Amino acid sequence: MSRLSARAISVRLGDKLAVDEVTASFEAGSVTAILGPNGAGKSTLLACLAGLRKPLSGHVRLDDVGLLAMAPRARARRIGFIPQTPEIAWAVEARILVGLGRTPFIGASGLSLEDAAAIDRAMAAAGVEALADRDVTTLSGGERGRVLIARALAGDPEWLLADEPLTGLDPGHQLDAGGLFRAMAHDQGRGVVLTLHDLSLAARIADRIVVMAEGRILADGPPVEALSPEVLAAAYDIEARHVTGASGPLIEIVGRGR
Amino acid sequence: MRRLTVLAALVALGVVLSLVSMAAGRVWVPLSDWTDPSDPRWAIVFELRLPRTLLCVAVGAALGMSGAAMQGYTRNPLADPGALGVSAMAALGAVLTLYLGAGASQPWMIAAAAMAGALIAVLLLLALSGSASSIVTFILAGVILQTVAGAGVALALSLAPNPWAVNEIVNWLMGSLADRSMAEVQMALPLIAVGCGLLLLIGRGLDALTLGETGARSLGINMTATRWLLAIGVALTAGASVAVTGVIGFVGLIVPHLLRPLVGARPGGLLIPSAIGGAVLVLAADIAVRLTPAAGEVKLGVAMAVLGGPFFFALLLSLRKRIA
Repeated sequence: MSRLSARAISVRLGDKLAVDEVTASFEAGSVTAILGPNGAGKSTLLACLAGLRKPLSGHVRLDDVGLLAMAPRARARRIGFIPQTPEIAWAVEARILVGLGRTPFIGASGLSLEDAAAIDRAMAAAGVEALADRDVTTLSGGERGRVLIARALAGDPEWLLADEPLTGLDPGHQLDAGGLFRAMAHDQGRGVVLTLHDLSLAARIADRIVVMAEGRILADGPPVEALSPEVLAAAYDIEARHVTGASGPLIEIVGRGR
Repeated sequence: MRRLTVLAALVALGVVLSLVSMAAGRVWVPLSDWTDPSDPRWAIVFELRLPRTLLCVAVGAALGMSGAAMQGYTRNPLADPGALGVSAMAALGAVLTLYLGAGASQPWMIAAAAMAGALIAVLLLLALSGSASSIVTFILAGVILQTVAGAGVALALSLAPNPWAVNEIVNWLMGSLADRSMAEVQMALPLIAVGCGLLLLIGRGLDALTLGETGARSLGINMTATRWLLAIGVALTAGASVAVTGVIGFVGLIVPHLLRPLVGARPGGLLIPSAIGGAVLVLAADIAVRLTPAAGEVKLGVAMAVLGGPFFFALLLSLRKRIA
């Protein structure tokens, strides 16, 4: 089983330690959600895990190979990444954008039949076949979010790291995307690491939750334990309590703490 | 399918315009009279006009492709070697060699100096505007380069040793393809070919950059290599073009913009169509200036500016919302 692990990584942004000596290990086959208040270092940690940012100290390994020592193309084949607020510079059709996910596989001859099949599968999985010929710059935020998920799936990666992939999706599509991430992990054995903001949604989607605050990991474990009222009070300065709903645990935010 | 149709149409147009370019001028030589080497008009077609036609194609392709590549890299539809001061810096390099007299003795010095100027310009542009690629900082960086290069040229002109040197520099600066010989073709063609080859290598990287720099890096694109290939590719294509023709602006700006709706906006896929489209545009413009009835020939660079200025303005108007 593939393993992605960060050991004692620190990242400095300006004069502030955005990530402070974080050690965490992720196993393929499960969905992990990283939560925490704004500026907690979630995105920075995720970028380090994706091999896109060099930590000031410490290292990230994928199955005992240092991520920064891997060839970028080889790394890109194994780790798919969805940036937060992704930029889309040109008015291309959705299918072409999804096809960019095949970049680490494309040779000199252009898209192969295999590439085309992977693109079709990814668009079907993300439920965006109907948008194939639409100009991505004319799509709604939620539609664009799903196209970008399909883009990451097209590379068929062992690992999917996504920075707030559910932001801007309506509740129905949030559930669909969450189900998709779970199926990728549980049925296909991939590793999925997401940053999220919605506590109850995270509890519903993730097998494991990591709560960060001020660059450090505050709690790490199964959703109900990691999102305990004490942790939430410390991380967000909010008063919260667990409610058992029909769909599972819900986290009701009562108000600001203290 | 549509892409292939457009490409085929562009190539056909290019071939037709090339033939017209060789037939047209003060002396009209119809195709049927091209076969007899003893006819004095044979020399006009093959010794005077052929180099000019070849240069039109090469320079047009170079400017079209470098414009498309710069737009793709910067994700900015206003990027163009002319608009961002790359051509102006190449011209400054060339003018300095003309001024110092090195250009007259060694013609390749002009090309080398022009390419050096263009390379410095591209590297400064990338450094001045950073990787974040805000349209505004890019244009401002281009304005700075344009101004500095213009001041350098003005200085060279004001310190020029005699009025003939001034005349030579000014004439050359305005951009023209008149009276070019095979020597210029032999110098520019290989440089432009290599430059276009380098730019074609970064096609996939430019595609991936549609998702921004983080997106491209997450797809395994080596941004450092991409940046250097772009800089050297643009320096070779734009520098060699300026060295043989002077400054011809707007080609790299107009062509990708016109082709985007026809062949799709994917930046890597726009490189080859823009090269062909650039060749077509420069051929057409050069034929037009040759046939314009005037005492002297209108300079091609001037004609392109007359055409390109309003186009640039219209493009800016349509982009107003994005930039503000």
